[in-house]
Amino acid sequence: MTIPEIIGLACIAAGIPFFLSGTIGMLRFPDIFTRLHALTKADNVGLGFLIIGLCLQTDDWFIVIKLVLIWVLVLTASSASCHLVARRALQKGIRPWTRE
Amino acid sequence: MIHVAVALFLLLTVVLGMIRIVYGPTVADRMMAAQLFGTSGLAILLVLAWGMDMPELIDIALTFSLLATLATMTFVRRVWYEEGKSDDS
Repeated sequence: MTIPEIIGLACIAAGIPFFLSGTIGMLRFPDIFTRLHALTKADNVGLGFLIIGLCLQTDDWFIVIKLVLIWVLVLTASSASCHLVARRALQKGIRPWTRE
Repeated sequence: MIHVAVALFLLLTVVLGMIRIVYGPTVADRMMAAQLFGTSGLAILLVLAWGMDMPELIDIALTFSLLATLATMTFVRRVWYEEGKSDDS
């Protein structure tokens, strides 16, 4: 196991809690806006760590470029769709949760 | 071996996300679970690409993430659309 592979495994291990927190956040948060926030932000950070870990474990530059492009696509796509859903929820009259 | 374990763990988060489908008050919550499947499914595909040593899975993951996005956007435009109100109000 060379040094980059070990660091890669560490990065993958670092990304896992973000996925878990994204899912738990989606289950426990009170209203749709906070769930959207948890879902898109946490998973993207987890995916970022995962992709960094995987990039370290390969020596083919083409795969690294493809992975980074996937991450950029997922970042822009999930933030755009998250904004769309939140905007539509506001228009439909779903007010954000406030602590009474 | 590590990669398969990570993939199994990500599958666990997908299963947890299904609880939101059951309880989701609004239809948008159920759609968010679908978006969670997209991201976690993408991560599972990528990890399995290394675990099973199949680089083709990366291209599948790319198309999968694109389709997950299109699903969410189609949902907002079609299912949740309020008749009569102008779209960009």
